[in-house]
Amino acid sequence: MDQKIIFLTIIGMALVTYIPRLLPVMWLSSRDIPSFIVSWLRFVPTSVLAAMLFPSLFMVDNKIDITFNNNLFFWVSIPTALIAWKTKSLFGSVLAGMLFIAIIRFLVI
Amino acid sequence: MDDFIPVKIHPSLFYSSQKGYKKINFSDYNVSFIDSTKKRCHTLIKKDILVNAFKQASPIIFGYVPIGFAYGVLSQEAGLSMQNTMIMSLIVFAGSSQFIAVGLFPAGITPVSIIITTFIVNLRHALMSASLSPIVKTWNKTEIAAFAFEITDETFAVHSLRYNEVENIDNNHLKIEMLLINLIAQCSWVLGSWLGCSMGQLISNVKAYGLDFALPAMFIALIIMQVNNLLQVVLLIFAGIISTSLLISGIDQWNVILATIVCATIGACVEKWIKK
Repeated sequence: MDQKIIFLTIIGMALVTYIPRLLPVMWLSSRDIPSFIVSWLRFVPTSVLAAMLFPSLFMVDNKIDITFNNNLFFWVSIPTALIAWKTKSLFGSVLAGMLFIAIIRFLVI
Repeated sequence: MDDFIPVKIHPSLFYSSQKGYKKINFSDYNVSFIDSTKKRCHTLIKKDILVNAFKQASPIIFGYVPIGFAYGVLSQEAGLSMQNTMIMSLIVFAGSSQFIAVGLFPAGITPVSIIITTFIVNLRHALMSASLSPIVKTWNKTEIAAFAFEITDETFAVHSLRYNEVENIDNNHLKIEMLLINLIAQCSWVLGSWLGCSMGQLISNVKAYGLDFALPAMFIALIIMQVNNLLQVVLLIFAGIISTSLLISGIDQWNVILATIVCATIGACVEKWIKK
C-alpha cells in the first residue's frame, strides 16, 4: 500500500469530517432560530446518547442478548444508572461502572 | 525594616472577603504587592479552569486512551505507517470512522469509497454541532471554528450538559474551559493512538480493568444527568428502541441519525402542543 495515497485519503477524510462539524454551528450561531427548532435541538443530546447507548447495552455480536453470561454491560448498567442518579457525578459513575465490571469479571474468571 | 520596600497600598487589601486577595505580611514580599497579587489571581483562575476541565474530561480520557490504543494497534496491523496513523488521529479525530478506515485500507477499497464512508459515519456530528449552536452563540468565528473541530460523541455529550446550566455561555472562563475539555479529549486520543502504534506488541488486557465500559458508563451518566421530565425519558427509550431495531435490520450507518431525527421531532411537536 502506498503511504502517499493513504495520506491523501486521510486529508479527504479530515475534510468530510470537519465540514459537517463546522457548518451547522457556524450558520446557526449567527441567526435567530425559531423556538420550534431550538426545542427540537434540545432533544437531540438525549436522543443521540440513547440511540448510541442502547445498541451497546442490548446487543452482542449483532444480536440482542441480555443473558448475564454474554452481556455484562446490560446488567452493570443498572447499578451504574442508580449511582449516576444518586450522586449526579460523571466521574464517580464511570469509575463505579468500570469497577463493577472489573470485579465481576475477576470473580467470574 | 531594612528589607521592606515601599509598595502601593491597594484599597482592596483591606477587604479580605475579595477573591484572590488575602492578608499578607508586607515583610514577606519584596516585589510590588499589586504584581504578586495579580499573578496569584491569574494562577488561581487558570488552575480552577484547568482542574474543572480535567474533572469533566476525565471519563473521556478513560475511554479514549484505551480505545485510541486499540486503534493504534489495528492501524499498524493494517499496514499504515506510524505517521499516517498519528496524522489520522490528529486531523480526523473521529474514533469509529478511523477504525472503519483502517479496516478498509488493506481490503483494497478505493480512497473515494473510504472518504464517502467516513462522511456518512461522521454525519451524526452535524446534528450534534447544530444542537450545540445555542451554547456557543456568543462566541466569535475563530473560537467557533476551533471548537467545532473537536466535536465528537463524547465531547458533545459533556458539552450538552451546559444547557441545564446557563442559556448562553458568555463567561470567558467557561469558554476557555470548554475549549480545554476539547483539547484534553483530543490529546488523550492522540496519546492512546501513539501508545498503540509504538507499543502494539504489548497489548494490555483492557477488559480486566473494565475500561471498555468507560464510554457506555459515561453515556449512561450523561443521560441521567440531562433528563428532568417524563417526556425526555419516554423519548430516550423510544430512541434507543428505534436505533437498536434499525441496527438489527442491518441499517448500521444511519440508525443513530434516524432515531434522533424521529425522536427530536416528536419531542418538539409534543412540547409545542403542550404549550398551546
